[in-house]
Amino acid sequence: MNKGFEPNIVGFACNWCSYAGADLAGTSRIKYPPNIKIIRVMCTGRVTPAFILKSFQNGADGVLVAGCHPGDCHYIAGNLKCEKIMDVVKRLVGILGIGKERLRLEWVSASEGGRFADVVTEFTEQVRELGPLSGKSQG
Amino acid sequence: MSLEEIIKDTKAYYCLGCGVCTSSCPVARVIPSFSPRLLVEKALFGFGDEIISDKDLWSCLICGRCASRCPSGVDYLNFVREMRMEALSKGKEGLLAHDGILNTIMELQSLNLKQDRNFWITDDLEVADAGEYFYFVGCLPYFDLVFGEGGLCDVGIRSIERARNTVRILNKIGIKPVVSNNERCCGHDLLWNGDLEGFKRLAELNLKTIKESGAKKVICVCPEGYVTLKRDYPRFLGEQDIEVIQLCQILADELREGKLKFLENASVDYKKVTFHDPCSLGRIAEIYEEPREIISSIPGIELVEMERNRVDAVCCGTSGWVNCSGCSKKIQTERLKEAEETGADALITACPKCEIHLNCAKYNADLKIRIKDITDLVAESLA
Repeated sequence: MNKGFEPNIVGFACNWCSYAGADLAGTSRIKYPPNIKIIRVMCTGRVTPAFILKSFQNGADGVLVAGCHPGDCHYIAGNLKCEKIMDVVKRLVGILGIGKERLRLEWVSASEGGRFADVVTEFTEQVRELGPLSGKSQG
Repeated sequence: MSLEEIIKDTKAYYCLGCGVCTSSCPVARVIPSFSPRLLVEKALFGFGDEIISDKDLWSCLICGRCASRCPSGVDYLNFVREMRMEALSKGKEGLLAHDGILNTIMELQSLNLKQDRNFWITDDLEVADAGEYFYFVGCLPYFDLVFGEGGLCDVGIRSIERARNTVRILNKIGIKPVVSNNERCCGHDLLWNGDLEGFKRLAELNLKTIKESGAKKVICVCPEGYVTLKRDYPRFLGEQDIEVIQLCQILADELREGKLKFLENASVDYKKVTFHDPCSLGRIAEIYEEPREIISSIPGIELVEMERNRVDAVCCGTSGWVNCSGCSKKIQTERLKEAEETGADALITACPKCEIHLNCAKYNADLKIRIKDITDLVAESLA
């Protein structure tokens, strides 16, 4: 347990489901940790390996990618494309020593405000347990 | 570094303006506006800012064809490197290929992270934690994930088999190499893309790892890793008490002493092959004959030469994961066509990057020729 450590989490949320889910969590006044910085993308299919690696390089302790449930993608299969890429990126961050546990893919629909808050809370706690990504400059 | 210092350091002031560089340049043949001569002339006339803002600065392949032919001995490669350092310090950089992931992977390795890069070591491979020989694996584990089957930019190759085959060959000739999980990228691409500080960080970490293993000899298979460890580490970090050897040199020595034996019917798949000299192995390290000796001593293989071979060989089309363009593709497909015209069944190369780039070009063109790495060929043919 790292006392006083506040993880930096970058979240990529798709415009049609998860970003709306985050919005719903906000308008419903559901609390979740403020550690996550959400970046809206039109589809999780837009999230490339470079987005994730650059996030870690620039100081993220964890990266969350959230998109529509399979079958719900606004662009038919962008989320499935993302899922495929994430499998490889997880192996890549594993080899690099960043750790697979710092990267997560979740499906959150526009109606799941509560679930969005739960996912963010749980992931933030997980990264807090893992501690800061070693080697990066603190501050 | 000021423009004057760059000119002095690289002896650019010796330029006669003859244009041998530009007429030798593989990029200039495809992009007429790209001219090594013009870049040097601009520097001599004081137009440094113009060079720095020119996107063409990043199109240079660092292949060394111009420098090998320059009658005045202008150090063109370091001229480009130092100009890129200047450009980088002004916030200008080239167009990164593959979304920049390979460059990010290199930079991330300079952090204090505990890698898990030795996943490829299987039970049949004998490796050690300490010993006389250090096998510098280089980027192969990462290449395998990015360019391997099911990878991010799948070109259908298995880079990591190269590492396994290298250890198999070394074991066969009685070497149990050190393979370290703390090894980093050698820093070649960061150095030649102008990031000297990033290069030094990686180099220091690698030297520390090598010294901790107690190894005195470092075996490199990747030619870029070889020239970086052999030439650039001493240049930028002082003389090192290590000997750097390329695998082809060891194999050629073993062959001359009769210690390397190949199967009688070693090559069924490849009857006639041609050898593509990687720039770093050929023009830069001047290792031309060793790979040829090895290939032609494999029973059943005939080695034929392409028109442009040895010092005149052409680059695989892109370098440092920067500015990969239609020009790169054209250079690559022309090279593959040249190989096909020799009537060879396969083009043999000795560099993992050449393998990646040529395979990528093959995907987009109707070419039959197979591409094979010399290490894999040797490992499959050993008795």
